[in-house]
Amino acid sequence: MQSNMSALERATPLIFIVLFVIGLAAPFFIYPTFLMKILCFGLFACAFNLLLGYVGLLSFGHAAFLGTAGYVCGWMVRDLGLTPELGILAGTLAAGALGWIFGTLAIRRTGIYFAMITLALAQMVYFLALQIKATGGEDGLQGVPRGHLFGLIDLSDNIAMYYLVFAVFCIGFFIIYRTIHSPFGQILKAIRENEPRAISLGYDVAKFKLLAFVISASLAGTAGATKTLVFQLASLTDVHWHTSGEVVLMTLLGGLGTVLGPLVGAATIVSLQSELADTVGSWVTVIMGAIFVACVLAFRRGIVGEIMALVRRAGIR
Amino acid sequence: MHVRKLLTLACTAAFAAFAGGAHAQISGDTVKVGVLTDMSGTYSDLAGAGAVLATQMAIDDFVAAEKPDFKVELVSADHQNKADIASNKAREWFEREGVDTVTELVSTTTALAVMKVAKEMNRITLMSGPGSTPITNEQCTDLNVHYTYDTYALANGTAKAVTQQGGDSWFFLTADYAFGQALEKDSSSVVTATGGKVLGSVRHPFPASDFSSFLLQAQASGAKIIGLANAGADTTNAIKQAAEFGITPKQQLAGLLMFISDVHSLGLKNTQGMYLTTGFYWDLNEDTRAWSQRYFEKQKRMPTMVQAGQYSSVMHYLKAVKAAGTDEAGKVMAQMKSTPINDFFATNGRIRDDGRMVHDMYLAQVKSPAESKGPWDYYHIRQTIPADEAFQPLSESRCPLVKK
Amino acid sequence: MEIFGVPSALFGSQLLIGLINGSFYAILSLGLAIIFGLLNIINFAHGAQYMMGAFVAWIALTRFGINYWAALLLSPLLIGLLGVVLERTMLRKLYKLDHLYGLLLTFGLALIFEGLFRDQYGISGQSYDVPELLQGGINLGFMFLPIYRAWVVVAALTVCFGTWFMIEKTKLGAYLRAGTENPQIVQALGINVPLLITFTYGYGVALAAFAGVLAAPIYQVSPMMGSNLIIVVFAVVVIGGMGSIMGSIVTGLGLGLIEGLTRVFYPEASAVVVFVIMVIVLLVRPAGLFGRTA
Repeated sequence: MQSNMSALERATPLIFIVLFVIGLAAPFFIYPTFLMKILCFGLFACAFNLLLGYVGLLSFGHAAFLGTAGYVCGWMVRDLGLTPELGILAGTLAAGALGWIFGTLAIRRTGIYFAMITLALAQMVYFLALQIKATGGEDGLQGVPRGHLFGLIDLSDNIAMYYLVFAVFCIGFFIIYRTIHSPFGQILKAIRENEPRAISLGYDVAKFKLLAFVISASLAGTAGATKTLVFQLASLTDVHWHTSGEVVLMTLLGGLGTVLGPLVGAATIVSLQSELADTVGSWVTVIMGAIFVACVLAFRRGIVGEIMALVRRAGIR
Repeated sequence: MHVRKLLTLACTAAFAAFAGGAHAQISGDTVKVGVLTDMSGTYSDLAGAGAVLATQMAIDDFVAAEKPDFKVELVSADHQNKADIASNKAREWFEREGVDTVTELVSTTTALAVMKVAKEMNRITLMSGPGSTPITNEQCTDLNVHYTYDTYALANGTAKAVTQQGGDSWFFLTADYAFGQALEKDSSSVVTATGGKVLGSVRHPFPASDFSSFLLQAQASGAKIIGLANAGADTTNAIKQAAEFGITPKQQLAGLLMFISDVHSLGLKNTQGMYLTTGFYWDLNEDTRAWSQRYFEKQKRMPTMVQAGQYSSVMHYLKAVKAAGTDEAGKVMAQMKSTPINDFFATNGRIRDDGRMVHDMYLAQVKSPAESKGPWDYYHIRQTIPADEAFQPLSESRCPLVKK
Repeated sequence: MEIFGVPSALFGSQLLIGLINGSFYAILSLGLAIIFGLLNIINFAHGAQYMMGAFVAWIALTRFGINYWAALLLSPLLIGLLGVVLERTMLRKLYKLDHLYGLLLTFGLALIFEGLFRDQYGISGQSYDVPELLQGGINLGFMFLPIYRAWVVVAALTVCFGTWFMIEKTKLGAYLRAGTENPQIVQALGINVPLLITFTYGYGVALAAFAGVLAAPIYQVSPMMGSNLIIVVFAVVVIGGMGSIMGSIVTGLGLGLIEGLTRVFYPEASAVVVFVIMVIVLLVRPAGLFGRTA
């Protein structure tokens, strides 16, 4: 068993390299806007997974970070004329700050309380987004220009935009990967497994959790800000609690606590949504709900988790 | 994926080569009409599947009557009221499936997002469902037609007519977001201009389900008319609770954004006596009855103005494609703008430079249960509001395309 | 006479309306609290079950001519039964796992229910008339009180306190409380704990359906009527703390009153006020007002 696991781990860099090459070549074969959407939601789900999969905290308010960053980025780029990279940075920082506020309030509780507190806080953000003039209320923040990266590269070209999104995703993904595999990540896992022991070992558990929350919120913000540039708009959908539910679904479906799971989950859900849009109409919600139920009841490891389990079992034989 | 794309490219190239000659210049000899609408959410009753049906009827009728030398195809999708899904889908339709026009687009967020994509790709958008005025003002494009109604027309029509008929003191119940506030602002300026008084207003959160507190405040104001500057479930709940608290019929309600589907779901008992403005009613005349009956047989519901307008706009578009002999957006739009619209939906309708289609609107009052002869017999038409008065005048337009 | 610049008549009527809304919060948060107490599950489907309760009443009336009073019994029974089935077939499998899975499962169920009803009945909803016996209203001098609203308060409070009585003062309630504290010992005493759990979930769900029937004549019966309400009720539950049955009832009523007052003084904030209070309570008493400190 042990040796097989390390075989899997030895294969990991190879898998990453293959995926990276696929990512580089993809826009020439698959519709770029679609890919960009997958990458944005993939980063969002990875950031969310950092919290749920590695710290064991279920946030039901992550849409607040996605949406807030989207609005901040959109507003700064459109109305203040910032360049896109500064817009993404601003969105990330705004989401991080909001994450700090959420975290400070919610981190004292765990489990279900934590989920409900984050949900309620996100609901406040939703009401604010609805009422503040700059967000455009129900119309959304429309007509955000993609602009020129560093003032040089024109992003209105879909391929150029794709590579920016891909780069952003890779950086975000790398940060998450490093976080998980750093001593900090080990402490987080220790907290998840046995919080009293972590406390007795002298760790300031609350501080570690808060830091993880802020990182997760910031990266969710990065995803939201990037998404705003891709679609040139930010709307209430991004702050609605349905989006918070969606990211849970993506993570769960792809594989909780796996590095690549959230990306796979995001790709599956986004493709489903776009395919179902043409065919089933009002059944979209029902199907999403059914996937949720199936994942919880029968499929808790998620796609990537199941594959890894299969590989391990095959290794034993 | 790869091979298919190359094949498509090759085919498109081949078609392009042929198209120049004998035939009319219609890409692929097919006109593709896309219906992007809300099939499952808030607006699915007033647009949704009914709008897809209306489009199919328009296409069938057009092909049967005009015998065009090109094919017409319909594609439809659910935008789920999400702007990113809508713009993604529209882009995909334009780039990969050769869709010529995206239509319907209920909910302003999705409409504005798709308008931008369409303009960028040089395609036409026909909007029947969305209502916000930025579509023909700040955000206007020269390839968009805002066909059926807008909130300005509804609010103004109702506010003006009601004030003229003696309802000269108003209190507004306003959904507290940009849309509700705009609706309140537009209507209260009309009320004042027509010689009425606005006694006050209360902002309620959006969405809200219990309106009793706000209604009691409206009641305490003593205003003759309570204007509902909200939409959808907020409006229907407010109406229902106004009847419960005995506020109506002592004071009267005016729905600033209401559809026949709302009246149908609330029932006449709750809505009787209300004033509202509509762009279409199935029981206006022989033509509207004939068309609506055909629609009813398939959908088992009478059409809303959005669904009727959808038929009319697609028909107008297809006729323009035939007359222009091309599906190139600019030429088709020029043809559409130069041809007046005369059908069961509109009389002498015309499309202005800002993309607004102007046509007569109707002030309706909801019948009492005793006056109604059965389901869908809901409106007394009290007044026809002529096209020139119904919509925002061009002189007030904030659309950069309008030359002053 | 005026209170803080608001006519006292308006003030009084707003308090009364706050109480009416509060009784909805109370009955819904009570159901959540009972389920949470024994199952340790936050029932995200509570809003959908409330919606289905209202729909069953509407279907019973329009399709089968069953009147309001019968529906008031029938609908909680039916939906409660559905709850029993859900517990037996699905929730039961999750007790050994992290409690969060229960939340996720019920979230999925809520999506399914709402989607199915939306597909069947459309989004704009259906109208349910106030039963004849309760039509009309009383003029209280400071306001016109529809009889139906008065009935809602009476019915909701009766059910709430009845439930409280059952849990605190009867043998069944004693088992229930003991089961919450230590299921193993109760099982050892020869009590069928799994059955108790099934019954509890069914009862909690039936409470939601009961609230749904009460709401049907007031609000438009629509597929989404529960989905926004449930978030507010979650906040109510967090404020009250999950510790006590009485806590959830009192918090529900109290927040209804506070919300009612906000609607007079600062109507724009009335949707957020519950969440603001939640934040304040969390800062001062992390376990909630009535919660046991965990």
